[in-house]
Order: sequence, then structure tokens, then C-alpha cells
Amino acid sequence: MEKRVTFSSWTIGILFAVPQLLLIFTFFYWPAGQAVYWSLTLQQPWGGGNIWVGLDNFRSILVNADYWNSITASLVFAGISTGLAMFIALVLAALTDRQLAGSRLYRVVLIWPYGIAAPALALAFRFILAPEAGFLSVVNRMWPGIWDPGLDGADAMASIIVAFSWKYVGYNFIFFLAAFQAIPRSLIEAAAMDGSGVIRRFWDIQFPLITPTIFFLLVINITESFQDSFGIVDIMTSGGPANATNLMVYKIYSDGFKGLDYSGAAAQSIILMLLIILLTIFQFRFIERRVHYG
Amino acid sequence: MVERTPLLNFFTHLILFIGFVFCVAPFLIVAIAASHNLKDVNDVPMSLLPGSDFWINIKTAWVTADLGPKLLNSFIVAGGVAAGKVIISALTAFSIVYFRFPGRMFMFWLIFITLMLPLEVRIVPTYAVVANVLSPYQAILDLTGLSWLIEKVSGVQVSLNLGLLNSYPGLILPLVATATGTFLYRQFFLTLPDELTEAARMDGAGPLRFFIDILLPLSRNNMAALGTIMFLWAWNQYLWPLLITTDQSHAMAVTELKQLIPNVGGTPEWHIAMAGTLIIMLPPLLVVVLMQRWIVRGLVATEK
Amino acid sequence: MASITIRGVKKNYAKTQVVHGVDLDFASGEFVVILGPSGCGKSTLLRMIAGLEEISGGTIAIDGTVVNKLEPRERGCAMVFQNYALYPHMSVAQNIGYSLKVAGVPSAERTQRIQAVARTLELEHLLDRKPMALSGGQRQRVAMGRAMIREPKVFLFDEPLSNLDAKLRVQMRSEIRKLHRRLNVTSVFVTHDQVEAMTLADRLVVMNGGRVEQVGTPGEIYTRPASRFVATFVGAPAMNMLEGTVELGGLSLLGGSRRLAMSRAGLPVGTKVAMGIRPEAVRLVAPDTAGALNATVDLVEELGAGRVIYVDLDGAPFSVMTSEAVHLEPGSTVGLRISPEDMHFFSSETGNRLDVFKASVPEPAL
Repeated sequence: MEKRVTFSSWTIGILFAVPQLLLIFTFFYWPAGQAVYWSLTLQQPWGGGNIWVGLDNFRSILVNADYWNSITASLVFAGISTGLAMFIALVLAALTDRQLAGSRLYRVVLIWPYGIAAPALALAFRFILAPEAGFLSVVNRMWPGIWDPGLDGADAMASIIVAFSWKYVGYNFIFFLAAFQAIPRSLIEAAAMDGSGVIRRFWDIQFPLITPTIFFLLVINITESFQDSFGIVDIMTSGGPANATNLMVYKIYSDGFKGLDYSGAAAQSIILMLLIILLTIFQFRFIERRVHYG
Repeated sequence: MVERTPLLNFFTHLILFIGFVFCVAPFLIVAIAASHNLKDVNDVPMSLLPGSDFWINIKTAWVTADLGPKLLNSFIVAGGVAAGKVIISALTAFSIVYFRFPGRMFMFWLIFITLMLPLEVRIVPTYAVVANVLSPYQAILDLTGLSWLIEKVSGVQVSLNLGLLNSYPGLILPLVATATGTFLYRQFFLTLPDELTEAARMDGAGPLRFFIDILLPLSRNNMAALGTIMFLWAWNQYLWPLLITTDQSHAMAVTELKQLIPNVGGTPEWHIAMAGTLIIMLPPLLVVVLMQRWIVRGLVATEK
Repeated sequence: MASITIRGVKKNYAKTQVVHGVDLDFASGEFVVILGPSGCGKSTLLRMIAGLEEISGGTIAIDGTVVNKLEPRERGCAMVFQNYALYPHMSVAQNIGYSLKVAGVPSAERTQRIQAVARTLELEHLLDRKPMALSGGQRQRVAMGRAMIREPKVFLFDEPLSNLDAKLRVQMRSEIRKLHRRLNVTSVFVTHDQVEAMTLADRLVVMNGGRVEQVGTPGEIYTRPASRFVATFVGAPAMNMLEGTVELGGLSLLGGSRRLAMSRAGLPVGTKVAMGIRPEAVRLVAPDTAGALNATVDLVEELGAGRVIYVDLDGAPFSVMTSEAVHLEPGSTVGLRISPEDMHFFSSETGNRLDVFKASVPEPAL
């Protein structure tokens, strides 16, 4: 989309963009380029030059079992938490959109989790899900030792998935509800006149019309599960036990800043960037498709 | 619409109520846990009747994690990021939408691409840039041979150095350097009728006047929405502040949560941890409650 | 007060040309209406006068000064837009006074001039309102006030009445006319509504496909349309057109079923010609009256003051407007009487008016 009416003076136009351009050059393009450079060299932690090593950094990462473990953990985390957060939010939004009594309350409250910092809710859930205090510990009273995120990798993964999903149900709910409400009322009424019931209408009309939102949220949720998970992992599990929750961003952080392996961390960053770019391209294909719904 | 679906309505209410409980429960549990004493909070299951130590725990958490200055830092950084985004995005969107200069599409894509790669995936090199924010420019001078030239001519060795670690600009600027807000404004500007611009031109207003007198006042809603979302987003940042604030004087509230994790060994002090969590999650929660309309509008608008 | 001289003005967008070399002269103080269907280039022409569109070729001069390269504010024009384009966040007073503020007029003088304009337009009690809180007619007046306050040399109107309901449109029409009589500022008014055009114009410019079809007073345009396009575009219901071919000693109409006796006026046999007749110029007579045509009634549209009768004339649709109280059933037969002086002839090839016939048409032996 373009404006028909514009101003003719170029210089002023360009001047308006200068602050943004300076910022993104300094804090975006330069570091991104730097990451590519570092990933192709061996970087000394505290300066002292570097050696060109080509793709060696990538090779050594890709043969490293820890790295594959991290990718697997990230994908498991992304898959389950995205599915959970989107499904629950979709159901809640569809039901809230029916506008029965009390729906206004739900509309207000279900958004709250969106505002909470990932590390803050992580600490809350660490308590709620703690094996020896809080609430889930009740199961340990009945069957001692059945739940311990500190020792059992699966339990730890479950914990961070619950925490992340809780926050993103709120986020997804906002979008789903907006999408449902954007469907013209007359469309629903026309379907009702055609003799279609509530559930039938959902599948035949509402659901197809919100598929664009579903694709959009799918990509956003997966992307966020890569980045917003850092605080949750750091507070709840620190990547443990035995690397079971060592997600990609967390591993970049610990390799780069704790292990001081800048080159390895840079190579991992590049792979993650490529992954996210792929996802975004995927999303664009669907954005194009959704134009048809107008 | 006349529609009698008693069974469906019953399940609608039931499911929504369960969702409501799951949504609110963590907030309640944190608040109640923060009111217990050391023994009660470690009871299994914890009593859901509030204890009497709420204010004591709040005070302890406040002192232990030194939350006063940390919250202030969070307000400064979140406010700075929100203000920076609101201003810089408006300028950029104006440039993209209302002018036709050569290389405009290239610039558009240059900015658009920044949406794709969040800070988290490029922390390592960004950290290096912030350690000396002028290093990119030094490198360019070195590579182009300009620094050699300057040294030859003036005898001065060019060495640009400006470290932003442990500083507000270091915390704020990299968070401002993405395009989220730009596209929010762009969408809005595109919905404004062309006649408005033409009327302003007939009235004799140039681009600057039009921007200040017409566009900005009309963008108030956008600014509120964008500012709110960016405030929340910046307040909730964790990894970036964790990295670049080695000095406690610039630490933010959210990064302090780590200090509150109870130590292993001994009875864990969950009541203090939860009191601290409550304090730290309260400001963004208030923002969400008070600014809900703007958040929903802003988020949904960025989608387009 | 200023004259406007337009010479060979063209407008191209990328590859498509929307205005093809227009030449026009507007006298000082004249009220000119540019009439045409949507997409005919009339708005583009107006916007080129305003300085809102670049001029691709030719020149526009205001008061003898070529303004091609001047910014809108330097041309001394004021404009009223179709959707009014009021600044939604400013009060009525701020909207009207904005151009003065930009020009750096001191606030005391500004207030005084806003008051004066508001008095003329009866907007005084609305000065503190926002545009949102105004009715359509009031918004329209504010837009006029915004144009007036600058005391411009030229007023430009871009379909300013099309967003109003029918009743208000009639009222605003006469207000604009009165205002023009008082201020006597050169005005150019663009519209696609012919009633608006006829009632407002000192002079009417009819445009089609980026070209000027005809320039003249409303009366001239109606009685002597210069082209087939003007003939069918101006007047409601539209002028009837019967296709014909020049023959020896006359014109064969309606695929040969009717014949019009007349001199050929030098046109070669076989030339395609269209004969036009306005519905209001046709007289209804009893069927089978001598010298009249028989037709079958399709539909009668009751208009209150009159009625439009749609008939089938040997397979061609034809309409008749009458103010007589007639009762006609669909399917019945009527007679149509057409006087030679009401006939218009156009070349089928170029669409241009053929005046050669007019003088020489004898009694129609149809």
C-alpha cells in the first residue's frame, strides 16, 4: 500500500529516518554481521586477535551431542508449549465470544498473564510446582518421589512448559478474541438463518475465518518460545537437570558468557537466526494467502 | 439472536470458569504465600487462608533484594524504551510513508528485517558493541583506510571509545533498535485520508508543520498503545540487563528475581521469594489492568 | 479575483495518460463547473490548478503568471474537498484559522478574521466544537470557511456536495451560489452531478476521457450538445439515440424499419449517423395518428410532477417524459410525435454534432 500524496523534499524525508537508521546499524546490522564473522573465525575471549577457520565452528557444533540435545529440547518445548497455549486460548476465546453473562469479566482477566515477566512467573511456578513445598508436592505425599523437576528431566521440561504456556494463553487470547470479534455479526446470523447451530457455525464459519490468525500466532509463539524462554529456564531449572532443559538461547548464553566460547556461541546464533528467518518466510507465505479473506 | 442451547451454555460457563481459575490462581497463590511465615509456607499443601506476615515479608524482600533502586531503574529503562520507541518510530514511519526518495524501498526492507531477529539471538556481538559503542565506526575507519589517513595528516591516532556497559543508554538503546513501532505507525498513517495532507498543503503547511500539527496529535491513540506495550516489554526484559549490568547500581528489578530463589539446604524461604515476586510483577500487572484497551488495540494493530 | 489560463495541459501516471492536452480560459470572477463521469480527468485537472498534482505537460497560469512550479500555498488558491478533510483533532475555529496560523498571522487578527468568516457562514455558535460533533451541512460550511478565510484569488471545489443528503445538497447549492455572488471570486467547481452543474455554472465544461467535449453556458450545452457524449450525459432521462444510415434522399433508421426524408447535405450514402431526441421533446399522441410513430409501452415510472414512459420502438428502447396525466398499461400502443427542430444529429464515427441536417430536414415521413 502506498500513499498517493507525498511531500517532495527528499532531504527532510531522509533526515527523519536517520535516528532509526543509526540505531539499527549500530545495534542490529553491525552485531549481526559481527556474529557471522565470529562464527567463521576462532575468537580469543579477551581480545588478542582471531584466526580464520571457515566452517570449522559449525562443524564442531554439529557433531556435538550437547548441541543436538539442545535443539531437540528446544523443539519439544516449542511444539508442546505452543500447541498447549494456542489450543487453550482458542477454546477460551471462542467461548468468550459467545458473549454469555460474565464474558466481560473473562475478557479482562484472561489477559493478565500477558503482562507478567517470564522470570517472575517462573519463580511463582517454581514455588507452585516445587517438590517439597507449594501445591504439586501433594502428589509426593501419596507417591513419594514421583515428581521432582530438580532431578527428573521430563519433570523439569514439563515445569517450564506449564510456565511458558500460562503466559502465552493470555497473549494468544487477545489475538483470537480480536479475530473472532472481527467476523461480521451478519455472517453468523446468516448461518443461523441457514439453520446452522452454534458448533456447526464454529467449524464452518468462524474457524476458517480465523485461520490467518492461527498461522500468525503459530509463528509468533514458536519464535517467542526460542527467546522468551530464557528467563523461565534461568529461574526454574538453569538448563538442568543433566541439560534436559538447556534450550538454544540458554546454551548460547552459557557457552558465550560463562564458557567464553564466543565463536561457538556466534555459530549457534547464526543457526538460530536462520531458523527464525525460515519461520518468518513461512509466515509471509500465509500472510499473502490471508489477503484473500480481506 | 434467539437460541436456546442450555447444555452448551453450561459447558461454556464451566470451561470459562476453569480457565479463569487457572489464570488467577498463580496470582493468588503468590499473594497468599507472601503472607505466611516460614513454617506455614512450607506446609504441604500450603494453607490458602492468608497468614499475618504479609507486610513483614514484603519489607524483608524489599531490603534483601534492595528493590527500591532496582524498581527505579526498571522505571527509567522501561520509560526510556517506551519514549524512545514512540518518538523514533513516528519519525521513521513519517519518512517511509510521506516521502518518495531514492532508496526508500531499500530502507523499508532494511528496517523491516530487524523485526525478524530478536535481541536474544544476537546477544553476543551486541554485547561487544555496547562495550564500545563506537567500535563499528572505528572498524569502518580502519577498513577504509581513513584512520590511517587522519593519522598521517593530523598526527592524531583515531581511537573511538565509548563504553555503555552499566549505563542507561546501554540498557535502553539496543532495545529501541527494532522496527515494531515503525510499522504500527505506518499502518495508521496509511489509513489517514490523502485529503488531510492536501488540505494542510493548501493551508500552506510544509512537511514539518504537517507532522507536528496534524500527524502527531492524530497519533495519540497509537502512541498510548505503543508506549504501553513497549513499557511492559522493556520492564520484563531479563537476558539483556542480566548481561550488561555487572554493577548493582544499574540492575533492574526483574533480574533481581534470581537473588530471591531460595538456597538449597535449610528450609526454603518461599514466603520472602513470593513477596519479592509480588512486588516485581505488580507494576506491569497494574499497567495491564489500567491500559487494557490500549494493549489490545496496539497488539492487534501490529499484527497487520 | 483572477483569471485562469490553461494551455495544452497533460497528465500522465506512469504509462497511462489521464488528461490529454486541455485548453481552457476562465475569466476573472466567473463560476465555472467542470462536469463529467468519474475517471474523466476533471478532478485531476482541478488538482493540477491547486498544485496538488504535478503538471506533465502544458502550462497553467493564474492572472498571467505561470504557476506550474509553484507550491499550493504560493498560488493563492483555496480548496473545498469532497470529504471536507477537516482536521479531526482541531476545533472549528482552529480548522478555519489554521492557514493563518501557518502564515504567522498574529493571534488577535486571526481571531477577528475567524469571527468574521464564522458570521458569514452562521458558524459562530459552533466555533469550539470538534468536526466529529457537527452535522454534514455544518462540516461543509466549516470547509468553506477554511477556504474563505485566506481571501484567495481562486476557489476550487472538488465535488463538495456529494456527501450530503438530497435536501441539504439543494440548500448548500444555493448558499454557494449566493456566496459567489457576494465575494465574486473566480471559482472552479468539479462535479459529476448534472443538476448541480446546470444550476451553479456561469459556464460549463464537459469532460470525457481526459478531453474537453464542450464549453458553454448551461443553456447552450443543453440545447446544442456538441457531441453524442454531451447529448447523452446531460439531461435526465438521457437523450434517445436512434442509429441510422444515410440513403438517397433520406436517412434509414432502426435497421431500415423507418425512414426519415431529408436532404443528404453532402454526406456520402452509407454514412452512419445517430439521431437524438430528448424524452421531454417527444409528444404523446393517439396511436396511428398521421406523422407519428407507433410504439409499445414497456413501463411507466411515476415521478409525481410528471412521468417517464419507457416504450419499445421497433425493438429499440425509447423513453418519453410528459407532464400530462396519462394512464398507460404496459403492452398498450401509443403514438409518438417528434418535431424536426428537436432532432440532433451526430456522426456515429466521431460522435461529433452534424449541424448540416438541421436546416434541411423536411417533415418526417417516418
